[in-house]
Amino acid sequence: MGALQSLPGQHEYIDLAEKTGFSCEQIGVLHKRFKQLSHNEETLRRDHFNEIPDLACNPIRSQIIGAFFDRRNFRLNEEGTVEEISFEEFLVVMSHFRPPSLHMTEEQRESVRREKLRFLFNMHDTNNDGTITLEEYRHVVEELLSRSGALGKDTAKSIADAAMLEVASISVGHMEPDEFYEGITFEHFLKLLNGFEIESRMNIRFSNMDTTTLCK
Amino acid sequence: MAAMWRFALFLSVLLMVSRGSSLAVEANSRSSDHGHPATPSSDTSHGDGHGSVHNSSGSHDSSGGHDSSHGDSGHDGHGGGPITTLPIVSWKWHHVTTPYLVAVWILVCWLCKLIIEANHHVTSVIPESALLICFGFILGGIIWGADKVQTFKLTPTVFFFYLLPQIILDAGYFMPNKLFFSNMGAILVYAVIGTCWNAASVGLSLWGCAKGGAMGDLDIGLLQYLLFGSLIAAVDPVAVIAVFEEVHVNEVLFIMVFGESLLNDGVTVVLFNVFDAFVSLGGPQIDAVEIIKGIISFFVVAFGGSLLGLVFGILLSLLTRCTKNIQIIEPGFIFVLGYLSYLTAEMLSLSAILAIVFCGMSCQKYINANMDEKSVTTVRYAMKVFANGSETIIFVFLGISAIDKAIWVWNTGFILLTLLFIFVYRIIGVFFLTWILNKFRLVPLEFIDQVIMSYGGLRGAVAYGLAVMLDDHKIKEKNLMVCTTLIVVYFTVILQGVTMKPLVTWLKVKRAAKTELTLIEKVQSKFFDHMLVAIEDISGQIGHNYMRDKWNNFEEKWMTGILMKPSARKNRDYVFKVFHKLNLKDAMSYVAEGERRGSLEFVRNETAFIDFKKKFGEDISEVMPDITYDTSDDYGGTSVMRRDPVPSVSLEMHEQTMNGMRETEDINTHHLLQQHLYRGRKQHRHRYSRSHFDVNKDENEVQEIFQRTMRNRLESFKSAKMGVAPPKTISKHPKKDQQQKMPNGKSMDKSKSYLSGDEDFEFSEGDTASGYDSAGGSFPMRVTYRAGAGIENPAFMLDQDPMAPMQIPPWLAEAELDSSTVAPSQRAQVRLPWTPSNLRRLAPLRTSTHSTDSFMLADTPATHQRGDNDQLPPPPPPPSHKDGDHM
Repeated sequence: MGALQSLPGQHEYIDLAEKTGFSCEQIGVLHKRFKQLSHNEETLRRDHFNEIPDLACNPIRSQIIGAFFDRRNFRLNEEGTVEEISFEEFLVVMSHFRPPSLHMTEEQRESVRREKLRFLFNMHDTNNDGTITLEEYRHVVEELLSRSGALGKDTAKSIADAAMLEVASISVGHMEPDEFYEGITFEHFLKLLNGFEIESRMNIRFSNMDTTTLCK
Repeated sequence: MAAMWRFALFLSVLLMVSRGSSLAVEANSRSSDHGHPATPSSDTSHGDGHGSVHNSSGSHDSSGGHDSSHGDSGHDGHGGGPITTLPIVSWKWHHVTTPYLVAVWILVCWLCKLIIEANHHVTSVIPESALLICFGFILGGIIWGADKVQTFKLTPTVFFFYLLPQIILDAGYFMPNKLFFSNMGAILVYAVIGTCWNAASVGLSLWGCAKGGAMGDLDIGLLQYLLFGSLIAAVDPVAVIAVFEEVHVNEVLFIMVFGESLLNDGVTVVLFNVFDAFVSLGGPQIDAVEIIKGIISFFVVAFGGSLLGLVFGILLSLLTRCTKNIQIIEPGFIFVLGYLSYLTAEMLSLSAILAIVFCGMSCQKYINANMDEKSVTTVRYAMKVFANGSETIIFVFLGISAIDKAIWVWNTGFILLTLLFIFVYRIIGVFFLTWILNKFRLVPLEFIDQVIMSYGGLRGAVAYGLAVMLDDHKIKEKNLMVCTTLIVVYFTVILQGVTMKPLVTWLKVKRAAKTELTLIEKVQSKFFDHMLVAIEDISGQIGHNYMRDKWNNFEEKWMTGILMKPSARKNRDYVFKVFHKLNLKDAMSYVAEGERRGSLEFVRNETAFIDFKKKFGEDISEVMPDITYDTSDDYGGTSVMRRDPVPSVSLEMHEQTMNGMRETEDINTHHLLQQHLYRGRKQHRHRYSRSHFDVNKDENEVQEIFQRTMRNRLESFKSAKMGVAPPKTISKHPKKDQQQKMPNGKSMDKSKSYLSGDEDFEFSEGDTASGYDSAGGSFPMRVTYRAGAGIENPAFMLDQDPMAPMQIPPWLAEAELDSSTVAPSQRAQVRLPWTPSNLRRLAPLRTSTHSTDSFMLADTPATHQRGDNDQLPPPPPPPSHKDGDHM
């Protein structure tokens, strides 16, 4: 605590803490990381993310990075993408991964759940038309499986197709043969991942201690 | 029911009689010769009865005929006097006593289980383990009534060497590794600190109470109280599995209790040994050095045991890489090496339980991938047989052991206080440790979970085994300790076991989620894992996900490369597994759907279906050895594959396999099949071979099926023509036309269209002779005869590779051309047409395209067609124009 008091911008931290729910210590740590990633600049760009070595082998890297530059994730009800983000936006995106507080009412839990699922949904719905179309979904699955080598593109595609068919059968039920399934809407998405305890799983432990020196 | 009871009683009486007869000759100190030949104690008792001749035979591991010549001479000696005539038969009870008793006891124990499981309304209230103990009481009573002394009881040697290892190996082998390791920290805290706390607090409190005079005059010192505390402190894995598998609590809670019970063995063994040594040394000898030694020995025992287990696991994985040629004994290696790891650890005085747990955990992934799928199935089932079987025996004998006057030393104060203390301190320990842990846990353990965890502190046979191992020269009150331990075991297993289920319901503990994951959930959770790792990378946190990712990368790079067969390394993606399961599910629902329509045509296609699955399995077994084992089976197999995807630590396999199939439909299908179809001759050829186990595959079978179906069809065709039977009024399947636009669709789709009824069946009689070999080539020929829509003989399905992309018969190709005006738009192509019976998912499983080439050659337009559409998604069905084209 004592060390943090001496950091500049303590007031800003408090503002940010109110806005994002992080503690001041966590914000301090994340700020350091931000500076480290951006090479002491005020904003982060895509190529900064691309330089993170640990991220290099992540199959869904582009989706992750995309999420950081997606206005929809800034909690401002805006759309579109940006080219660079400031620390505040970085923090807001990060705050989607904050563990929920211990005592939540059922409603709070539901809203946390919706929020987290929305984040996930947005990562799939790249063109922001409110549905995850087959094309979008295929793309994601292909990327996801691209690293496992043995599963070729065809397999990835057919897995995506199979998943889509399954989605259709779950969310729409019986369809006539000439009907199409347009894509997964957010409502369907909620329904589909009903058994997926996202509120307790989509969490990262943001430590109060500075471990950034250990990370490349 | 009553018959069963009588049978069991009869058996036990039989047992008594045999014991009685042996009583006459054997000395009375036979406490442990109820059939565990290798126990040192049984050696002496054995020798007693048989005289000096038999001392040597008793000391080697006598199994049945092992020492037959030996026994013969010995027995003859018993008969007394020289033989005057050649005996045709002779009564040789002593010759077989030990193995016979072992076998009979196993049988009796298992029969008990059979009786218990027959009463579902009882087992739904009282857990099986409690009932087994009660059965043990009854059996023990019978023995005691007959012998007036308890001749059979659970000895530590038998328990630790012959009964426990397989249960623990089973637990390790079916351990959900990911879940276990992600909760490793908490489990270790409970197992180590919690157990130490329990041991110390129970021991000290009892000592305090004894000082206060609560239990009268007892000759127990502080160290002995601590020794007793350490043996009674540990939660017992056997009891925990037995009770918790029936209540289905959520997986985190389960792994907490279960993991703790497995890992705290290391702690118990160390504490027990340390205090045992201290008791021998006596109070004044103990100084700081000894205590430090004790602490060091804890780490050595625990980590040494785990490490040893890992080494054995790796050895095992390496070994299974090269057991391809001895497939029939391949599964045996797991049991042998697992057991060896246990014994080695015991030999080095390391924690044997930890060794065998880690052996099972570390090898499960690799051996499942390396071994033949049949061997994997064998291992799974054999593991359950052993584990479940010995669990049953343990509980029954826990009950039997109680009926013994010799051990019952009643001391109300000691017994009641022990019960109270272990209960109270467990609660205190769990709540305190959870309070600390929750400060660090992302998902805190809830209050209710903590209640269940404290209540789930069941003691079992491990504690009893340790208590019996106490040396009664050093510990005067050994019998009191044994009897207290027994009471604690009964109290926790029976009372807490019975109340566990109501408590779980009453507290509304989160139960295990439904186990069947949808494909999208699987894909999503994979996506999710990567996302969390990425966020940790970006935010610069080193968390669970970061570590796990690093470990996965390491494993991917090194471990699998070394430990897994190259062929097995391919395609073991778990998304793929679900995908595969979905395919099977689809196929099943296809069957069901057809059945509901009640079409016989469909049933004929059933052959194609079964065959399809067989081929399907063969086709991809190369690449997915660990998945396809369940497809090569028929219905049994498919219900197995519907088991929960999370490897379950449950000892009850049958429970899981039960919920798979819609049985009535299954029966119907089989009935119809039997009536109308060729009866498969897939039987085991009676050619005995010890090293091969082949199922008879008759080359002619397929052809015969074909011809039979042909004949049937011809008959129905003729009768239809002559108007003998009215044409069937099966409506044409609305989707039959899809086939022409589904080059990627697999043949199941096509057979779907065969449902369209008999009335427009036209077939050249010449075709009957065309037979199996020329079936592919006969397609063009059939066009000329064809009058109706999409009718083909389902028998043809048999010879097609079902995984092949569907070949397009020329008339369909034609239609395709005609319908080019209605070709789907680009937009339509990226949407999936939804048809419920459409099994298009099956298509992409085609992992090798060369299997189709015969059709490609036979049907060039089809090949062409396929090539064109290969990159396209399955397009929507065009409007039904085909009928117009052709009719």
